[in-house]
Amino acid sequence: MSTEEQSGSSVNLQRRKILTGATGVVGATGATFLAVPFVSSWQPSEKAKAAGAPVNADISQLQPGQMLTVAWRGKPVWIVRRTPDMINGLAPLDQELRDPASEKSEQPQYCQNSTRAINSEYLVVVGVCTHLGCAPLYRPAIGSPDVGADWQGGFFCPCHGSRFDLAGRVFQSVPAPTNLEIPPHHYLSDSVIRIGEDATEGEA
Amino acid sequence: MSEFEKKENKAKQGTLLAWFDKRYPLVSTWNEHVGEYYAPKNFNFWYFFGSLALLVLVNQLVTGVWLTMSYKPSAAEAFNSIEYIMRDVDWGWLIRYMHSTGASAFFIVVYLHMMRGLLYGSYKEPRELVWIIGMLLFLVLMAEAFMGYLLPWGQMSYWGAQVIISLFGAIPVVGPDLALWVRGDFIISDVTLNRFFALHVIALPLVLLILVFMHIVALHQVGSNNPDGVEIKKIKNDKGLPMDGIPFHPYYSVKDSMGAVFFITLFAIVMFYMPEGGGYFLEPPNFEPANPLKTPDHIAPVWYFTPFYAILRAIPDKFLGVVAMGGAIAVLFAMPWLDRCKVKSIRYRGLSFKLLLTMFVVSFVVLGWLGTQPATPELTKLAQIFTALYFMFFLVLPFTSKNEKTKPVPERVQ
Repeated sequence: MSTEEQSGSSVNLQRRKILTGATGVVGATGATFLAVPFVSSWQPSEKAKAAGAPVNADISQLQPGQMLTVAWRGKPVWIVRRTPDMINGLAPLDQELRDPASEKSEQPQYCQNSTRAINSEYLVVVGVCTHLGCAPLYRPAIGSPDVGADWQGGFFCPCHGSRFDLAGRVFQSVPAPTNLEIPPHHYLSDSVIRIGEDATEGEA
Repeated sequence: MSEFEKKENKAKQGTLLAWFDKRYPLVSTWNEHVGEYYAPKNFNFWYFFGSLALLVLVNQLVTGVWLTMSYKPSAAEAFNSIEYIMRDVDWGWLIRYMHSTGASAFFIVVYLHMMRGLLYGSYKEPRELVWIIGMLLFLVLMAEAFMGYLLPWGQMSYWGAQVIISLFGAIPVVGPDLALWVRGDFIISDVTLNRFFALHVIALPLVLLILVFMHIVALHQVGSNNPDGVEIKKIKNDKGLPMDGIPFHPYYSVKDSMGAVFFITLFAIVMFYMPEGGGYFLEPPNFEPANPLKTPDHIAPVWYFTPFYAILRAIPDKFLGVVAMGGAIAVLFAMPWLDRCKVKSIRYRGLSFKLLLTMFVVSFVVLGWLGTQPATPELTKLAQIFTALYFMFFLVLPFTSKNEKTKPVPERVQ
């Protein structure tokens, strides 16, 4: 090192600043690109994406008032055979619900109706609470003390106390924001429901 | 006294120690942080919990490494591999119970450690960074505990993780994609388990260790607070040493060792006679393998998360509930600035602070209890009241503390 450099008289600080800045920018760009594989590797893998095949549910043995659980995409899907009383009990609840007409909730077009079903007797619904993903409990009995004295039957989420009626519609002033999701489904015959695809378009 | 402690911070010429000391700052580091680290002479019971937290950390690291040797991080094998550790591995049950009891002990010790900070104003100037690094430690510890709890792949593991990851989904716009990214699948699956294992055994312990190091470095830069909340560095003797200070070693190393003996005795009693902690340390549903189709009838997080969980449940709105829960933790970071009283220790503070702090502690404990209970309408009401009281502490404190009527603070420790 020459004495000149040591004294700093010939050091071009301006140029050093620009070089340092440029190196910083290039380095940051490189680090950003390098972050892409690390961040992307957390996304669902191709294998996870492929595991979404439709499933068939046989409802021939289902008695009125009973519920059947089938697994679709690893989630519980419930099929409830509703009695006429249960179906008639839905409309009077509209006042107490957050989204009675299912305008803000997820369901296929063909299920956005008063009973949220293709065939009003059978409710097909994803059994995952729209709050934080617990599987609510099927509580068909009227007036259960732990759920509420005026309980008309429905689903109760034990995790955070969200309540849904027998069409999976959410009540007011519970944490869940929307109605339970209705999966795409269609009837292969009177006794077999195919869950995971629509009737016409094929797989959803 | 240790042989390291030599005047002039140097080892004797020609010794092995001198050989090392020339190549590594052994003696000066020892002296700065242990041998000649002067701590106030009036530490009481509350000052055990920092060193105890370190002790539990070592316990978790060692038992954790041993558990990794027999545990299988896959959805198909995880639950059975825990049973294998409990039944077939020699002393496996002990190592596993040391780890699971250690997790709860960690939080007991850390909560008491934080309580000490609140009592004696240890978060105040010049120790703001000690407090903030400590809060970061608390945050990482919660993540570490949460991810560890998924690993046994029991019912509570599964549904607890389902609920907590779904919290991310409540964030507007990016939420659902973020939850999907964290899970790595459309549901909690083998993928999630495997990555939580990686984070639990490698990533987060590393972060914890770095933060612990920084916590201690920051503390030793500013010096320890004490139950009187007076700065011992202000009054020094003719050698430049604080009059009210004593070297950490041997005075506090001995005191802390005694604390450790008491702690280990209690720890052993819990570990041998009630390793499940009455269903609070290891919850009953976790003795059933995870079933993605059925949530247990009553789910509650492990006890150390319940105060925040109760706050989440109290708010009847998905997004606001998450905001309130996050806020309950985040607001603690601001303590050094929310409390505007110059007096540190509760011993010399006014009635308003004593009442507010009592209210805060009571609401924290009640919320903790509520979080373990089912969400009935009455209890939800109660949770809302105590959530309000919890936040009231932080809301009122800046106003009452500004012109607080305090007692005169002594010059030196009493």
